[in-house]
Amino acid sequence: MAKQRVLVVGGGLAGLAAAMKLAELDIAVDLLSLVPVKRSHSACAQGGINSVNDTTRQLGDSEYLHFDDTVYGGDFLQHQPPVKEMADWAPRIIDLMDRLGVPFNRTVEGYRDQRRFGGTLFKRTAFAGATTGQQLLYALDEQVRRCHAEGKVEIYEGWDYLGPIVDDEGRCRGATAQNLVTMEIRAFPADSVVLATGGCGLLFGRSTMSMACTGSAASRSVQYGAKYANGEFIQVHPTAIPGADKLRLMSESARGEGGRVWVPRTPQDSRLPRDIPEEERYYFLEERYPKYGNLVPRDIATREIFNVCVNEGLSVEGDKQCVYLDLTHIPREELDRKLGGILHIYEKFQGVDPRDQPMKIFPAVHYSMGGLWADYERTAAGGLNPTSPRNHVTNIPGLYAIGECDYQYHGGNRLGANSLLSCIFTGLFVGPCIATDLASLGASAGDEQFDLLMRAERSKKEMEHKQLLDRPAGGENPYVIHQELGQEMTKAATVVRRNDQLQSAVDKIYELHERARNCSLSDTGTWTNQNVMFTKSLLDMFPLAKALLQGALARDECRGAHYKPEFDMPGIESEDPAERRQQAEAWCDKFDAKNKKWLKSTIATFDSKGDPTLSYEDVDTSLIPPRPRLYGIVGGDIIEQVWKERQQKASQAEPAGASS
Amino acid sequence: MTASATQRQSFDVRILRQAGPGQQSYWETFRIPYEPNLNVISVLQKIATMARTAEGKETTPVAWDCNCLEEVCGACTMVINGRVRQSCSALVDRLLEEHDGEIELQPMTKFPVVRDLMVDRGRMFRALERVKAWVPVDDYYDRGAGPKESQESQEQRYPLSECMTCGCCVEACPQYLKVEATRRPNESIEEHEARQTEAEQGKFLGAAPISQAILFNDHTTGGMISDQRLEALTSAGGIQVCGNSQNCVSVCPKEIPLTTSIARAGRQATWYSFKTIFDR
Ligand SMILES: Cc1cc2nc3c(=O)[nH]c(=O)nc-3n(C[C@H](O)[C@H](O)[C@H](O)COP(=O)(O)OP(=O)(O)OC[C@H]3O[C@@H](n4cnc5c(N)ncnc54)[C@H](O)[C@@H]3O)c2cc1C
Ligand code: SF4
Ligand code: SF4
Ligand code: FES
Repeated sequence: MAKQRVLVVGGGLAGLAAAMKLAELDIAVDLLSLVPVKRSHSACAQGGINSVNDTTRQLGDSEYLHFDDTVYGGDFLQHQPPVKEMADWAPRIIDLMDRLGVPFNRTVEGYRDQRRFGGTLFKRTAFAGATTGQQLLYALDEQVRRCHAEGKVEIYEGWDYLGPIVDDEGRCRGATAQNLVTMEIRAFPADSVVLATGGCGLLFGRSTMSMACTGSAASRSVQYGAKYANGEFIQVHPTAIPGADKLRLMSESARGEGGRVWVPRTPQDSRLPRDIPEEERYYFLEERYPKYGNLVPRDIATREIFNVCVNEGLSVEGDKQCVYLDLTHIPREELDRKLGGILHIYEKFQGVDPRDQPMKIFPAVHYSMGGLWADYERTAAGGLNPTSPRNHVTNIPGLYAIGECDYQYHGGNRLGANSLLSCIFTGLFVGPCIATDLASLGASAGDEQFDLLMRAERSKKEMEHKQLLDRPAGGENPYVIHQELGQEMTKAATVVRRNDQLQSAVDKIYELHERARNCSLSDTGTWTNQNVMFTKSLLDMFPLAKALLQGALARDECRGAHYKPEFDMPGIESEDPAERRQQAEAWCDKFDAKNKKWLKSTIATFDSKGDPTLSYEDVDTSLIPPRPRLYGIVGGDIIEQVWKERQQKASQAEPAGASS
Repeated sequence: MTASATQRQSFDVRILRQAGPGQQSYWETFRIPYEPNLNVISVLQKIATMARTAEGKETTPVAWDCNCLEEVCGACTMVINGRVRQSCSALVDRLLEEHDGEIELQPMTKFPVVRDLMVDRGRMFRALERVKAWVPVDDYYDRGAGPKESQESQEQRYPLSECMTCGCCVEACPQYLKVEATRRPNESIEEHEARQTEAEQGKFLGAAPISQAILFNDHTTGGMISDQRLEALTSAGGIQVCGNSQNCVSVCPKEIPLTTSIARAGRQATWYSFKTIFDR
């Protein structure tokens, strides 16, 4: 038997962590990535990485509370055992990154410093300046480079994953990939393939994500039968700087320091903002939410900004959606002292000084909570069985998914600073699981018996490539189609979702997919043909886009980042105690009914044309019973009271031990 | 924004193109409709959509590299209006102010051109291996926290660890010379890379990897193999090649104190040389 190998696809935090752990377990690794691994999207993360630590522990924090915050933040849409395991591992992960030399900020005494992030009451977030993601990525990159120098990891940078190689029994035996420079297509025999290929922000045209975040690898896998889960759950951050090429993140602290959000009352008023008098400005957050003003919760801010531009037509610019985020009333010195870092980004990329002119911002697609469906094996205690080959395997045996491209950890909404954690955690955790799986295999994908399979799959991909190059001229332009796709997706499936808009977007996306099949290439060369690579990834955006839209259309509720006004459950306005109580009871009944119907993961499977069919899977909520997420809702206190009483009654009625 | 920029209808972008390694390069000009707030990346995206030159001739889209679009991944370096920099943070309005009516894009000159504006910077990553730019930990199991570190030391290491291997510093360096093992017909990717690596032996490391060596020598655990790094810095192509012209530090987009790193590397290397003489 030839030596067994594992192919890791993707060199962000998740892929690098997996590669180094596998190498440590003495498993030969091939690491394949579209971009040089050090240039992966993970470098963009700024804020930090979460874990309970010695200080927060003394304030009453625990792994359990981190687990609870994550599940509550995600609106209970996660299977709980993987999340619990991640929270339990978190402190060890930060320690390991510390050992690897990450320059975490320090206290005077030389300990790691921590900051507070949204969705928690504790200072749980370790950070390295404003570039935590970059620092973590580099630390892992350095370790993998070291493994490479020791001959334990082969690195293939500038290769595009084209799909898994699946044998007659349905097991993954490797993958095909294409070199971006020479355009050579190869089969990479592997006894397991780990996908760590990140999110799919490019479905929306522009997002806060990097250019490699096309979702192509996930899409190519689902077209070979892998299941895709919770595709409709996409996080939209309220404030980003809209750019012609990318939407760059603008931190919430600008509003925290007194920034005011407004638009001119006259649509597309052509005057300079400072020439528009106060009474002709519409401070919509302050008017609609007098109590919270510009500091309404993040999801509300996102929705309102979106609404004022898209539905009320009050965007500051005619051809671009944006509102003003105004800091110009704050003294310059104060701005420099408190917000210097982010103002610098705005200046650098907009060429405008936000101390003199209001910034133009708009919500931006930021994170894909959904992703490839992956399995897990729980223990009786509610965590994960640490060496089970089932952990993180997709429904194709031998094909694993980790990091942002799997769906496991964040449910309906991701809490800040939890993604870097889930990426490193899944990378490290999957190593021993794969080791168990390899030990059970009788053969190696490098054995002669698989030669034919490898060759057949390679020729198939070569044929597909050639067919693309041979397209007749004069057809559709792939870049234009991508723009249209992005516009459709952004309009229908970001912040506010309405069934009529979703339905019409579904129809248009099917149409666009047809048109995309008739793209012609302006470059038919056989050397570094970025045109053909782009066209391939464009074609592969459609199955995921369809799953996303159809999932959102079907899900008639509000959960996490998925918001449909028709199914909103407004708070309780009544002042009369008896009526309040009654309304709260009715609210809780409705909440129960909604959970019965919708507390389920959406699972998409795809036919040969890339069209999805949806089904639903129950969520394991055995550790923390679901409860209403009431942040900011009117009458939340009475709802919470009624809910607690019901829970108590239910647990008394249930005989001890019956729940396990 | 100047008045001339806002009234402008269009502007020209002149690009030095090359179909592949070893091929003749040539200029092509594209006419771009003016919009405010463009950057060079969005211009290149527009060119990809048009695939037509200013004279209306059909052409292939221009090849270039990018990923993050926010000056943190290091992918998009090129020579813009004669200056090496990141193209994602190169704003068209500013460029047109500098150089009226036209923007000129060229690939970096110190690396083999792959196609158009795309170059092969593998040499920079290999140099990181030469200087062992990592912390040599025992394993990836749970062994508690890393060494305690003072704020001062963190503040010294942090800027160095922002280096995104973009290559601006070596492009600007008079001592860093291009090394190109041109691909032979029918040569495999691996064979070609091996020849390229071979050709780089003993050639100058450049400022970025020298600075990385210092970053890891400064770490408590990383410093345990500082001798191995200093061995690399004192061998052929090491620190002695640096002529101290300081070009590198002035172009680094991350404002990394490269000349400070180089000076410190020089002192550490001197000590190391003494030590090895006496050890012999
Ligand atoms: C602006 C911004 C700020 C953020 N800040 C934070 C933060 O403060 N804290 C936090 O926890 N999270 C943050 N996040 C989220 C976090 O950065 C990401 O979720 C995380 O980095 C994803 O890592 P990954 O390893 O899964 O994938 P990525 O880092 O996206 O890597 C994907 C890899 O897959 C490769 N790849 C993709 N497609 C293919 C293909 N077809 N073939 C071959 N290779 C392929 C790519 O080359 C790349 O190497 C932020 C996100 C953004 C956009
Ligand atoms: S030192 Fe600066 S210029 Fe040189 S590679 Fe690093 S970031 Fe780029
Ligand atoms: S100081 Fe040294 S490394 Fe920097 S540019 Fe000059 S010669 Fe090159
Ligand atoms: S694209 Fe990442 S630095 Fe410019």
